[in-house]
Amino acid sequence: MSTDITKLSVTETVAAVAAGDISKANLHATWLDRARLDDLNALSWVADRVKLGGEDGPLGGVPLGVKDLFCTEGVPSQSGSKILEGYLPPYTATVVEALTEAGAPLIAKTHQDEFAMGSSNENCAFGPVLNPWDRGRVPGGSSGGSAAAVAAGLVPWALGTDTGGSIRQPAALCGVVGLKPTYGSVSRYGMIAFASSLDQAGPITRTVADAGLLYSQMTGKDPRDATSVEHPDSVEPVVPMDLTGVRLGVPEELTGEGVEPGVREAFEATLDLARSLGATVAPCPLPHAPHALSAYYLIAPAECSSNLARLDGVRFGLRVDPDEGLDGMYGATRAAGFGREVRRRIMLGTYALSSGYYDAYYGRAQRVRTLISQDFDTAFEDFDAIVTPTSPSVAFELGSKTADPLSMYLSDFCTVPMSLAGIPAISIPNGLSDGLPVGFQIAGPAFSENRILGIAAALEDGLKFDGSPAWIA
Amino acid sequence: MIELEPVIGLEIHVQLATRTKMFCGCEPVFGEDPNTRTCPVCLGLPGALPVINERAVDFGLRLGLALGCELADRSIFHRKNYFYADLPKGYQISQFDEPLCSGGFLDGVRIHRVHLEEDAAKLVHSSASGRIQGADSSVVDFNRGGTPLAEIVTEPDIGSAAQAREWLSLLRTTVKSLGISDVSMEEGSLRCDANISLRPVGETTLGTKTELKNMNSFRFVEKGIEAEIERQRELIQSGGTVVQETLHFDPRSGSLTALRSKEEAHDYRYFPEPDLLPVAVGPEMIKAAQDSLPELPAARASRYEDDFGLTAELAQRLAFNGDLGDLFEATAAIRGAGSDAKLVATWVNGEVSSRVEEGSDQTVEPEALAELLGLLEDDKITTAAARGILDTVIEQGGSPAALVESQGLEKVGGGDELSAAVDAAIASDPEAAAKVAAGEQKALGPLVGLVMKATQGRADGGEVRALIISKLAGS
Ligand SMILES: [Zn+2]
Repeated sequence: MSTDITKLSVTETVAAVAAGDISKANLHATWLDRARLDDLNALSWVADRVKLGGEDGPLGGVPLGVKDLFCTEGVPSQSGSKILEGYLPPYTATVVEALTEAGAPLIAKTHQDEFAMGSSNENCAFGPVLNPWDRGRVPGGSSGGSAAAVAAGLVPWALGTDTGGSIRQPAALCGVVGLKPTYGSVSRYGMIAFASSLDQAGPITRTVADAGLLYSQMTGKDPRDATSVEHPDSVEPVVPMDLTGVRLGVPEELTGEGVEPGVREAFEATLDLARSLGATVAPCPLPHAPHALSAYYLIAPAECSSNLARLDGVRFGLRVDPDEGLDGMYGATRAAGFGREVRRRIMLGTYALSSGYYDAYYGRAQRVRTLISQDFDTAFEDFDAIVTPTSPSVAFELGSKTADPLSMYLSDFCTVPMSLAGIPAISIPNGLSDGLPVGFQIAGPAFSENRILGIAAALEDGLKFDGSPAWIA
Repeated sequence: MIELEPVIGLEIHVQLATRTKMFCGCEPVFGEDPNTRTCPVCLGLPGALPVINERAVDFGLRLGLALGCELADRSIFHRKNYFYADLPKGYQISQFDEPLCSGGFLDGVRIHRVHLEEDAAKLVHSSASGRIQGADSSVVDFNRGGTPLAEIVTEPDIGSAAQAREWLSLLRTTVKSLGISDVSMEEGSLRCDANISLRPVGETTLGTKTELKNMNSFRFVEKGIEAEIERQRELIQSGGTVVQETLHFDPRSGSLTALRSKEEAHDYRYFPEPDLLPVAVGPEMIKAAQDSLPELPAARASRYEDDFGLTAELAQRLAFNGDLGDLFEATAAIRGAGSDAKLVATWVNGEVSSRVEEGSDQTVEPEALAELLGLLEDDKITTAAARGILDTVIEQGGSPAALVESQGLEKVGGGDELSAAVDAAIASDPEAAAKVAAGEQKALGPLVGLVMKATQGRADGGEVRALIISKLAGS
C-alpha cells in the first residue's frame, strides 16, 4: 500500500519524490483528481494535465495552484473580473515561470475578489468562494480561492497576493499558513495590478516549512520589475527557532477594541505558548497604526484608479460599444465590466488624485505611511517580531457584510499597517473559535523572512493545529 | 492704436534615437508594418511593468548639458492620467515636478526644463482629412507607442515668428550634433508646439496665450505663428479678448481651427509612478554625458570666424543651421586651403539655403557645389549661369561641369560671338543706341538685356556694357 500523497506536506512530498517513493506521474494524477473535486468554487481553471517544467528542480514537481490574477500564457487570467472574462495572456508572470522552472508546475488557477479588492471573495465576478470549514461562510479575501483550495486539500499549495492582507486574512479564515513577503523581494511582473506600491505575491500553504520552501524559489531581482530587489539573505529551509530570549511586541493599537472574544482568547493562549517556549512578550507602541486603514483606503484606490485605466475595451477583454464614440465605448465597457466595489474604489481614487485634493488626500496618506514605517523601525529596535491576531474576526457569514463596505474594510485592520510599511508578515492558524479557524500574525523587519518563518515554525510545533475538518472527502 | 508685441514660448518634443523604447525592449523602427514592434509593456497588457531605458536618461543628460541646464541628481517619473485610444495604459509615464533637467539657455532664449516621457501610439483615422472629425473608424498602430521623447520647454522669450523658426533651427542643430535624435520634422522625430500671446509694448505681464499645435515643418512653424499673431492682433484691436485654447494649424489652407474645449478640460491626476524608482543621476553618469558632448553650434561659429575669416554673422548663420554648416565645411574642404572659403560660405548661406528646405533630402552634394564654385571662380561661367546650374543640380543631381559642357553654358567673352551679339542688339534698337551714343547711360539697359537674351545669360554684364559703349563711341 503506497502512501496517501495528499496527506503529506509538500516538504515531505519533495523528500519522498527525491527518494523515489513517489513517481511524478502518480503525484500529478493524484492532485488532478483532488482538484476536480472542487465544490467550493475555489478554482477558476484546472489543467487537463500537469505540464512538467524544471524536472529536477528543488520543488520536486509538486503542482501549484495560482491566483487568477497571475498572467499565465494561454490560460485564463481574469483577476476575478467580468471585464477580463476568458482573457488569455500572451505571456507568463515571472514568479509563476520561476516556480515552474523550480519544479512546481501549474495545476489550477484560483478564484479571488475582483482585482484583489475585497476581504470575503464575494466581489468575485464568477461567484463567491465557499469556506471549507463552513460553506455558509466566506473564505476571506482577496486570495480566498487559494486559501480555500489549500485548506480543502484541492491543491498541495498555492500562490496568493497580498495588498492589505489578501494572503494573511484568508489564510487565517481558512486555517492555513500565509506569508506576505517583504515588498520588492518577489517580482510583480505579470501580476494584474491592484495597488502597485503594495501588491506582493506570497505562498499559501498547509505548513510553515512549505511556505518557506515555496518562498525560497520566488525571490530575486527581476530585470522586468524595477521595484524588485535581490533578497540580502538566501531563504533557508525552515527550522523551528529556539524562542529563548526572543522579544515579541504586542501593539495595543492592533489588539484592543474590535477583536472578537474568541480570537482574543486564541491570541492570548498563543502568547502564553510563546512565553513557555522562552520568548518575552511586552507591549509595543505603534502610535500611527490606527490611521493605517484610512491611509490605505486612499493610496490603494488612487493607484488602482490608474492601474485599471488600461481596461478600456480597446485591445483586450470586454468591449461594449453603443456606437457613441470613443468615450461612449469606454463608459459602457467599464460600467458593464467592473463590479460595484471596483467602481467604488476607482471613484474614490480618482477623487483622491484630483487637482486641488491631491495634497489633502493622497499626499497626506503618503505622509501617514511614512510615519507608520517609522513606528515599525522604532519598534524593531526593541523587538524581534511584532505579533497580532491576523483578523479581528473568524470567517463571517456570506452576505453579512456586503451592504456595509466599512465593516468589511475593518477585516484588514491588523494586516494593513505591515503592507504600508512593506515589511514581511506571516499568518499561522492558532486554534479554533466556535469551530472556525483563527489566525496569528507575526511581522518582522524588511527581509526578516527567515526569522519570522523560524518563530512561526516554533509556535506551529506547539500549537499542533489540526486542519483536517476542512478536507474535502 | 496700442502697439502690440508677440510673446512666444516653444514646447519641443524630440524622439530619442535609442535602440529600444523608453520602458521596454522593443526596437522602434519608422515605417514598419503596423503593430509589429510591440510587447506586453508597450501594449499596456495587464501585469506588464515599465523599466527605465538608461540610454534615454543618458541622452536626456547630454541634452541638458548642451542647453546649459541644471541636472537633477534625483528625478521622478509621474503618471499623467487620461483616456485616449493612442494611450494603451490610460496614462502616460512622464515627468512632472521633478524633471531630469531644469533651467538653461540657448541663444537668447531661456530653457524652463527638459524632461523624459514616452510617446503615444499612432492613430490612423478613416476620414478624408485624416483627422478624427468625420472619421467612421480609427485604427491604432502601437509601433511608435513608448518611443522615448525628450520634451524641451522654453520660457516665453521669443519675440517673432521668424525668431521662433531660427531658434528652432539652432535647437535642431544642437540636438543633431549630440547624435541623440534624427530630428526630422517630416518623420515626426522633432515636433514643435508654440504658446503665443500678445501684450502692449512696454508691459511686462503676459497676455492670455493660445497653444498652437501640429506645425510639422520649419516653414509651417513660422507661418502658423505668424497667422496666430495676426489673428490675435486683429481680435484685440477690434476690441475682442483672446480665449485660452488650443489651435490646430492647417498647413494646406493656412487656417487655424480651435480643438473642442472638451478635449481641453483635463485633470491629469499626476502622481509618482509606483512601478518605477526615482532616477538617481550619479557623477559618473554626468561625466559620461560630458565626455560625449561634441562641438556645439556656438563653438562651431567661432571656429568659422577664426579658421575661415567669416564675419560673425555669417559664421553663426552657418553654424546654427547644422545642414548648412556641414555643407559649408565639406565643400570648403574639397576646394582646398588655397580657395576662397568666403565664396563658399556666401553661396551656402544665400543661394543654397534659399533653395533647400531645412532637413530636406533634396539638396546639393558638397562635391557638386565645390565643382560649381570652381567653375565660377575660374571665370568659366557667369553667376547667372551658376544659379541656373544649381537649380538643375538640386532638382536632378549631376555634375555641374558636365552640364556646362552638354548645354553649352560656358561664359561668352571677348571673342566674335559676343561682338556679333552686341552688333545685333545695336542694330535691332537704333533708338536706344542713339541715346547711348548721346551719353544717356539709362538707355544701356535694353541693349544689355538684348545681348543677355541672345547669349542665354552666358555673358558678363559689365563686359557687355563696356563693349556697347566702346562700339557706339567709335560710331
Ligand atoms: Zn514593447
